[in-house]
Amino acid sequence: MADRLNMRVMLLILSLVFAFLYLPISVLVGLSFNAGGMPTAWTGFSLKWYGALFANRDILRAAGNTLVVGLVSAGIATILGTLLAIGIEIRRRKGRFLETLVFAPMVIPDIVLAIALLSFFSLLDVRLGLHTVILAHVVFNLAFVCAVVRARLKSFDWSIVEASADLGASTLTTLRRVVLPALAPAIIAGGLLAFTLSVDEFIIAFFTAGPERASITLPMQIYAMIRFGVTPEINVLATLVIGFSLVTLALSQRLNRGGLPGQ
Amino acid sequence: MLQRRITERCRIVMQDRKSLVLVAPAFAWLTAFMVVPCLLILALAFFRRGIYGGIEYDITFENFAMVLDPLYARIFLKSAWIAGLAALIAAVLGYAAAYAIASMPRHRQPALLFFAILPFWSNYLVRTYAWIVLLNREGLIVGIARALGFSGEMPQMLYTEGAVVLGLVYNYLPFVILAAYAPLSRLNPEISEASRDLGAGRWTTFRRVILPITLPGVATGFVFVFVLSIGNFVTPALLGGGQFQMIGNLVYDQFLSANDWPFGSALSMVLIAVMLVLLTAQTFANERASTGRQSAEPADG
Repeated sequence: MADRLNMRVMLLILSLVFAFLYLPISVLVGLSFNAGGMPTAWTGFSLKWYGALFANRDILRAAGNTLVVGLVSAGIATILGTLLAIGIEIRRRKGRFLETLVFAPMVIPDIVLAIALLSFFSLLDVRLGLHTVILAHVVFNLAFVCAVVRARLKSFDWSIVEASADLGASTLTTLRRVVLPALAPAIIAGGLLAFTLSVDEFIIAFFTAGPERASITLPMQIYAMIRFGVTPEINVLATLVIGFSLVTLALSQRLNRGGLPGQ
Repeated sequence: MLQRRITERCRIVMQDRKSLVLVAPAFAWLTAFMVVPCLLILALAFFRRGIYGGIEYDITFENFAMVLDPLYARIFLKSAWIAGLAALIAAVLGYAAAYAIASMPRHRQPALLFFAILPFWSNYLVRTYAWIVLLNREGLIVGIARALGFSGEMPQMLYTEGAVVLGLVYNYLPFVILAAYAPLSRLNPEISEASRDLGAGRWTTFRRVILPITLPGVATGFVFVFVLSIGNFVTPALLGGGQFQMIGNLVYDQFLSANDWPFGSALSMVLIAVMLVLLTAQTFANERASTGRQSAEPADG
């Protein structure tokens, strides 16, 4: 009796929390299909705001920039992060220093890293643009790729490495033909995660992209639009951005889980 | 045992020297684009702003003295207050949610946890914007109130301190749920049964047994929300509407409009210092709590 009451209270708490988490986003998604475009009145289902968005050159250019930054920075971070993860795991002397260094971008406030990089690039007279955003994004992407790959390495069967060595393979061949294929799902998952993070990242991009309009990324564009207020176009853009993150995340989750036999 | 020996031998096959080659590129990248820039602003914080912007390279502590100026100290306190409030509310809600998830049937828990954290992966700006849609003067909440027949003057909801706290709680709640869930899921149900057998009521069991064991998780969540909130400039700018400043906005201004980089650097260093103190204190507290528990365990058994 008491336990059933307890269960009801728990279900109530869960429903309230989930409503709090999901209602605001759902309202946004719903409004993006509202013909009238205004939040106070539903005037029928329509895709016309989606059409309007795809005709907006500024947004398309920003989306293109974001894709470039996301792909290149995730690519670099995936290579460096994977090597880093393997390097840390096979090291016999475990240094806390290296781990702290890799973990640091996760705890340093974004704004501090952003202004530090801005000062750094300006003092070196580096021209700001998409390339500086990429350099900056690799810093925090590395941490995430490394974490995902290391998690996978924890359950890695190192005896196949020895088997490979016994059969006469060099370290490089072993790495390329044995270790990397076994880690592939985690590497791809980590890369996708890095891509998602980079695509959504605003603060560091805002400070390191420079003043030119040509190097505006999608989150910077969204920020500029939001400051003007509520418009149907932002609702559509927001919906697409949410959908995009969810798809990439689901893909990354699926890959990493599907690759773990026996789990 | 055999497995361990094989593992040992494999690690010898690929030696430390080789691991250094693997680690070097990432290490170089982090040094160039994180360590050096951070050291640079640490140094900048001790220089002086030139008369026409720019930087004069003579060592001074006046940037740090300026942080203590009542004008800026007030912004610091205000930020700490808002971050503290957001962290407290997020901790309470997050703990309740994690507790509820942990009391559901075991096979349902992973999915529930996944969906609790899912919003965290959507864009921060978009999640903040969602609240502008709800709270603004012609927004949904006002619309619903009107539809329900409320005709009086609606209070201003957007561009208030409350809106900023709400936005921070909304954005960081999944984080606390995740942190609080870990110790709750490891909790042995026999412990609370034992407590009940010894005559403790439901509330006493929760307060004296469950809460102390599971508090470190939610404390971690609290510290992270506080740290993420106190340096935040997006939420105050969008939901506070420039009505008041937080440290993040102040740093932003020094670099993008006031052009006082040394002062902006000093503010960032204070921010980092606050963060380091809190994280260290929390790690220390967690370690003490876990050693305390270990020494208590034989007595329980």
